[in-house]
Amino acid sequence: MKTQTVYKPTEGLVKRDLTYCPGCTHGIIHKLVGEVLAEKGLLDTSVGIASVGCSVMSYEFFNCDMQQAAHGRAPAVATGIKRVRPEATVFTYQGDGDLASIGMAEIVHAAHRGENVTVIFVNNAIYGMTGGQMAPTTLIDQKTTTSPMGRKKEDTGLPLRMSELLATIPGATYLERVSVHDPKHVRKAKKAIEKAFDVQTKKQGFSMIEFVSTCPVNWGINPTDSIQWAVDHLIPYYPLGVYKDATEEATDEN
Amino acid sequence: MGKVLMKGNEAMALAAIKGGCDAFFGYPITPQNEIPEYLSYHMVKEGRVFVQAESEVAAINMVYGAAGAGARVLTSSSSPGIALKQEGISYLAGAELPCVIISVMRGGPGLGGIQPSQGDYNQITRGGGNGDYHLLAFAPESLQETVDIVKQSFDLADYYRNPVIIAVDGLIGQMMEPVEIDKEVPKKTLQAKDWAADGHSGERGKRNTIVSLHLDAYDLERHNLKLKAKYDEMIQNEQRYELINIDQAEVVIVAYGTMARVARSAIAALKEEGINVGMIRPISIWPFPRKAFKQLPDTVHTLLTVEMSLGQMNQDVHLANNGRLNVEFYGRAGGVVPETQEIVDAVKKIVKGRNQ
Repeated sequence: MKTQTVYKPTEGLVKRDLTYCPGCTHGIIHKLVGEVLAEKGLLDTSVGIASVGCSVMSYEFFNCDMQQAAHGRAPAVATGIKRVRPEATVFTYQGDGDLASIGMAEIVHAAHRGENVTVIFVNNAIYGMTGGQMAPTTLIDQKTTTSPMGRKKEDTGLPLRMSELLATIPGATYLERVSVHDPKHVRKAKKAIEKAFDVQTKKQGFSMIEFVSTCPVNWGINPTDSIQWAVDHLIPYYPLGVYKDATEEATDEN
Repeated sequence: MGKVLMKGNEAMALAAIKGGCDAFFGYPITPQNEIPEYLSYHMVKEGRVFVQAESEVAAINMVYGAAGAGARVLTSSSSPGIALKQEGISYLAGAELPCVIISVMRGGPGLGGIQPSQGDYNQITRGGGNGDYHLLAFAPESLQETVDIVKQSFDLADYYRNPVIIAVDGLIGQMMEPVEIDKEVPKKTLQAKDWAADGHSGERGKRNTIVSLHLDAYDLERHNLKLKAKYDEMIQNEQRYELINIDQAEVVIVAYGTMARVARSAIAALKEEGINVGMIRPISIWPFPRKAFKQLPDTVHTLLTVEMSLGQMNQDVHLANNGRLNVEFYGRAGGVVPETQEIVDAVKKIVKGRNQ
């Protein structure tokens, strides 16, 4: 019988075990980003930036040059790299604690300056690595280790929607929120990543793809139910879709 | 080109361009604003990178990214701004990234004031960032010395793969003096930055990572010891100082930056009154020039530290002196610069007390 290759690991990831918890969607998102970089032939000329949080170790996984940034500062580090190496493809990989809390100034101003970089934003509505504390993205009534009675808007406000927020910034070019909860959405998410890197290749400016993600361990829900919880609770508050597409207006410098 | 009359901040900015600076990332703060203002025009004109960041925090992290991509990078700020940069400086040191930082010091603590001060000696030499690390730190006294050091600092940063900080007080930043910008300075033999994560993994044949994370304690200890070996080499090779009038001196002033300039006048005034006073002028403040203290003649009985602070370098003077000579201190704070007569009086008090 003749063998046929129907699936193989992407060249975009280093061949080693991931450090993420079972059921966490970081693995799928890593694979998609790695696949897109490899398929577009960008791996050899890319620099990724690992942020602080569960994905801090991502510099061990993406098969390209990587820099590990201080908490929240990945967009500033990306700015520094891109400005001195404009020919490189530069992307950050950040969680919601990193991007939407401590790194709010850096993400807003990278978008504001229209930095020609791509941001992969993984939003699971909780701080994962530090053990499940409340994030700005935590839903109302969601229990975390620092909101044990559930998040209350009177004390902590309402969850931040980053894609919507950044869509108000004139400098941002492409913003889309996606999910990887089923194969159809995984394929759609990959297309979004492709689009974002195309925006950068065409020098059209700042792009961010936000992923609605899961955290089975810190949510205290098993992996299957976590996927369902994300669909039932996160996606209604964080609707999927394109929040900004200014690629038509963006000057193509090529 | 011969000497030109320049303002301190602009001279430092031009020196950075001459030193091969590829990129500048900064944020406005008085009294260093002429540095980014000058560079916002001249760097762009030279086809180099200038970015006004959203904060000092962002600026130092842009420095991290650009330095990690192999560029020669500069940032400048002043006291409260340097405080904000300390996190990034610790990361730069941990990841062994070269860069040059200029601090034009003003009075503190807090927002403090905008007059010249040396109240950041501890901030510069001890640092506010976490972990076992050091910066190579210089504190020049004249614009010519400042310009020469800025130019050399890019080489030194690359050579040691470590941030270099140049600390001048606001007076040096704001005053004008003739400088020869193209004066030759010593150069280091440098290796190619084959460690840089710059998006050339294809050509290089391997991927590079820039990290300061070492989760295994033994691994991190090894990294700390590697850094220490580098700091030891700096202590051995980079102590810079000037000895002034120390032969036959009975009192030796220890002063740096603007304070050393005032002390020179005091030494001349005291000489006319028959009082022989010398000076150790630290040029590097980390490593502190301990070697200088071993070169004092037996005529010296007292060291007088003079600072535009309430006594920060004085701790290093005590450590270098190690209990050998009497140590006295005179300082003014908050942006007040001690005048010549105040130092003359401080010396006379010491001499009088001794002769009683």
